[in-house]
Amino acid sequence: MEEKIRITIDGREVTANPEQTILEAARENGIFIPTLCQYADTTNVGACRVCVVEVEKARTLVASCCMPVSAGMVVRTDTKAVRDAQRMIVELLWASGDHNCLVCEKNGNCELQDLVYWLGIEKPRFPIESPGYEIEKTNSMIVRDLNKCVLCGRCVRACNEIQVNEVLDFSLRGSRAKVGPAFDSDYIASECYFCGECVDACPVGAITFAQARFGGRPWELEKVRTTCTYCGVGCQLDLNINKGKIVKVTGNRDYGPPNQGSLCIKGRFAMDFVQHPDRLQRPLIRKNGELTEATWEEAYDLIARNLSAIKEEHGPDSIAGFASARCTNEENYLFQKFMRAVIGTNNVDHCARL
Amino acid sequence: MEEPMIGSIPTMQEIPFFAHQKLRVLRNRGIIDPGKIEEYIARDGYLGLAKALTEMTPAEIIKEVTASGLRGRGGAGFPTGLKWQFCSQSKGDVKYVLCNADEGDPGAFMDRSVLEADPHAVLEGMVIAARAIGAHYGYIYCRAEYPLAIHQLNIAIAQARECGLLGKDILGTGFDFDLEIYQGAGAFVCGEETALMTSIEGKRGMPRPRPPFPAVAGLWGKPSVLNNVETFASVAQIVLKGAAWYASVGTEKSKGTKVFALTGDVNNVGLVEVPMGTTLRTIVYEIGGGIPGGKKFKAAQLGGPSGGCIPAEHLDASVDYEKVAELGAIMGSGGLIVMNEDKCIVDIARFFIDFCQDESCGKCTPCREGTKRMLQILTGITEGKGREGDIELLQEMAVIIKNSSLCGLGQTAPNPILSTIRYFRDEYEAHIREGRCPAGVCTALKRYTVDAEKCTGCGVCAKVCPTKAAKGEKKQPHEIDQATCIKCGVCMEKCKFEAIFVN
Repeated sequence: MEEKIRITIDGREVTANPEQTILEAARENGIFIPTLCQYADTTNVGACRVCVVEVEKARTLVASCCMPVSAGMVVRTDTKAVRDAQRMIVELLWASGDHNCLVCEKNGNCELQDLVYWLGIEKPRFPIESPGYEIEKTNSMIVRDLNKCVLCGRCVRACNEIQVNEVLDFSLRGSRAKVGPAFDSDYIASECYFCGECVDACPVGAITFAQARFGGRPWELEKVRTTCTYCGVGCQLDLNINKGKIVKVTGNRDYGPPNQGSLCIKGRFAMDFVQHPDRLQRPLIRKNGELTEATWEEAYDLIARNLSAIKEEHGPDSIAGFASARCTNEENYLFQKFMRAVIGTNNVDHCARL
Repeated sequence: MEEPMIGSIPTMQEIPFFAHQKLRVLRNRGIIDPGKIEEYIARDGYLGLAKALTEMTPAEIIKEVTASGLRGRGGAGFPTGLKWQFCSQSKGDVKYVLCNADEGDPGAFMDRSVLEADPHAVLEGMVIAARAIGAHYGYIYCRAEYPLAIHQLNIAIAQARECGLLGKDILGTGFDFDLEIYQGAGAFVCGEETALMTSIEGKRGMPRPRPPFPAVAGLWGKPSVLNNVETFASVAQIVLKGAAWYASVGTEKSKGTKVFALTGDVNNVGLVEVPMGTTLRTIVYEIGGGIPGGKKFKAAQLGGPSGGCIPAEHLDASVDYEKVAELGAIMGSGGLIVMNEDKCIVDIARFFIDFCQDESCGKCTPCREGTKRMLQILTGITEGKGREGDIELLQEMAVIIKNSSLCGLGQTAPNPILSTIRYFRDEYEAHIREGRCPAGVCTALKRYTVDAEKCTGCGVCAKVCPTKAAKGEKKQPHEIDQATCIKCGVCMEKCKFEAIFVN
C-alpha cells in the first residue's frame, strides 16, 4: 500500500491516499462537499461543477470529484468564491428546465432540490425556461421527461459503464444538448434492454418508473430488502412498499454482491406478479379432473407416493428431474442430490442448458 | 520609347504590408510549390530533421526547443520544450504526437495557410517532436472544412514516405515515425486538446478533466504531445538555426514571431507575421494601412471569439502573451478583428458570446447554461430591454464561468464581455439607462427624428412609411411617431432634404 499523504481541508490537516480525489478524501474525513454528476463506480467526469473547491495556487476553482490529492495541498470548500459559483450553477440548472416539485415523483428525493435548499436559493435570477420536450411515455416501464434533465450524464455512464448496454449518449451540443438513444429515438424503439439502471442513477425527476407514478411519495414508501426470485444469481433489491402494495423496485448499492445495486428488466419491472389475483398461493391437486386446493402436506405426500411407485415398477432411470433457473444454486444442488441419492438416477438437468 | 516599367514595381519589402513583417512560419508561402518536396528541401527543408536525428539526442532537441522560448501557438502559450520534456519523462512504449489543425476561430486561417502552402514544415516539426519524446505514431487532426489543406497534406505525407522522411528507418537512422490525418467534424470545442483526443478515439468530442494531463495520459491513455500547426512549423528552424536565432526576436517572455489573421475595418486584411511584442498600432496602421474611410479605430478583438477587445488607448501596447492577458484579451490562435467607431460594443460582445454558446459542447453547467444566459442578457440590452443590474450580473457570471468551467472554451468565453465592460462601460450604460445605442447599430434603440428646419413638408416620408408613423400637414414639418415606427429607415432613405436623422 502506498504511503498516506497529508493535505489540509478547511484548515484541518487530514491524511489521504495518493490515488484519492479531493472529494473522496473530504468524505472520508466527514467534510461535506455537494455533488451532482458524481456517481460511484463510474468515471468522474467533472461535468456539473457543483463540487468545485478552492485549491491554493490553482489558476481556477477545481472540481473536487476528479482532482487527485497531492502532498501539502491546501483545499477550502467553503469560501465565498466557492459558494457563489455553486449558487450560480444551481440557479442556472434550476432555470434551465421544468423543475416543478408539485407533481414530480422525485420530490423529497431529488438532488437538485437538496442543493437548492442547502444553498438557500429563494429563486433563480434567470427566467425559468423549460426546453419544451415532449414527455416520453411510449413504454410501460420508464417515463422520460427531458425537461427535468440536468445533463449530469449519470444515466449515460450507468448505461455504458455499469450495465455496458451502450444505449444512451449525448446528442447535439450547447444548451440544446440532450441525452437519449441513437437517432433521438425513444427507449422502446431503441436497443434499450430496460434494465432501469438509468432510473436509479438519475438524481432528478427526468427518468422515473412509469408504474410508480402517483404510487406514493418517497417518504411514504417503506423499503423492504429481498432477494430476486427470477434466477439463481440472488440479486439483492429493495421492494418499495406503500400501504402493503409494491410500488416499485429499486437497486441498493449498499447491499454489495452479487449485483452491487444493479438489476435486470425482470427484477426491476416484473414484480407485479406478487400481488396478481391469478397468482397461485396454495398447491393444487387434480381430483376427478378438477384442480382443487390442497395443503403442502397433501401435495408432498402425493409426489412422494407417485415417485416411489414409478421407481418400484419401472426402475429409477424411468424418472428424470428438470430444475428451474429461478432456483438458487443451493436449491439446484439439493435437487440433483435428491435425484441421484434418493431417486437413484443421473437423469437430472436444468433449463438454463437449453 | 518609355522606360521599362520594371523599376517601378516595388519589391515585397518595399510594400508596407510586408515591410514590417518577419516571415518565419510563413517563409515558404507563395514561394514554393507545396506539392513538390524538392522545393521544400531546396529551402533547407528537412535539414532540421536530419540534424535532430543524426547529431542530437532527444534530450538535446528538447533543450534547444526549451531554450528558444517557443510557446504553444494554439493560444495558451505553454512552453513547448517543457511540454515535450514532461512527455519524454512519461513511461511507456507507445506515445503519440498530435497536431492540432482544427482551426475553428471565425476569420482565422493561419494554420490553413501553413498546411496548404507549406505542409512539409508541419510534418518535419512532428517528426522532430516524435524523436524528442520517443513516439512512433502521430495524427494530424484537421477540420474537414479544409479540403485543400488535407489534399496538400496527403501529397506531402506520400512524398515524405517515399523519400524516407516518414515511416520506417527515417534517413537510415533506425527511427520510425508515421502519421495519419484524422478529419474533424466541425466542432469548435474539438480544438481543445482533451476533446480533440476524445474525438480521435471515436467518441463524442467533449473535453475531459485534467489531470491526467496529455503528457501523462493522452490519446488512448498514452502519453501524448499535442501542438498547434504554427508551433510545429517553427520547430525545424529552431533545430536548424539554433535557439538563439529564434529568440533573437520577441520580448523577454514571448519569443519569436506570431501569425495574426488581420481582418475587419482595416485597409489591408490578411495573414501577417510579426515579431512578438510588435505594437497593435504597427499592426493596424503600418501593416494594416489604417481604417478605411478615415474612420476612427475603436477596438481590436484579439484572440478569436473568446478573446478580448483592446481599445484605442492601448494601441501602443506590445502584443505578447503577458501584455495581452493583462489587457483582458488572449493571444488565442491569433485572430485580430479591427473595429471602427461605427461598431456597437454591446452588439460585438453579443456576437462573440453567441458563437461560444453555440459551440459549447454542453458538458459542464457554467459554459452550457451560463453562456446562454449571458447571450440572453446582452440581447436584451441591444433590444432596449436592459435593466439596472445587468452589467453587474454579467460581470459576476463572467467571473464564475471563467473560474468554474471545465475547459478552455468556458474559461475564456466571457472575455469579450469582461473586456468590453472594462473599456466601454459607458456604452452599456447608455443602452440600459438612456435607451440609446451610441454607435447607432442596435435597431430597437434607433430613433428616427425629423429636423423641422430642414423638412419642407413634401410628404414623401409619410407616403413611404409602411406603418404610417411618419405624418404631418402638407408643407408643414412632419413628425415620426416613435410608438408605431418599426425603424425600417425607408423615410430617411427617401427624404431628399436630409431632414430625417437617426440617433
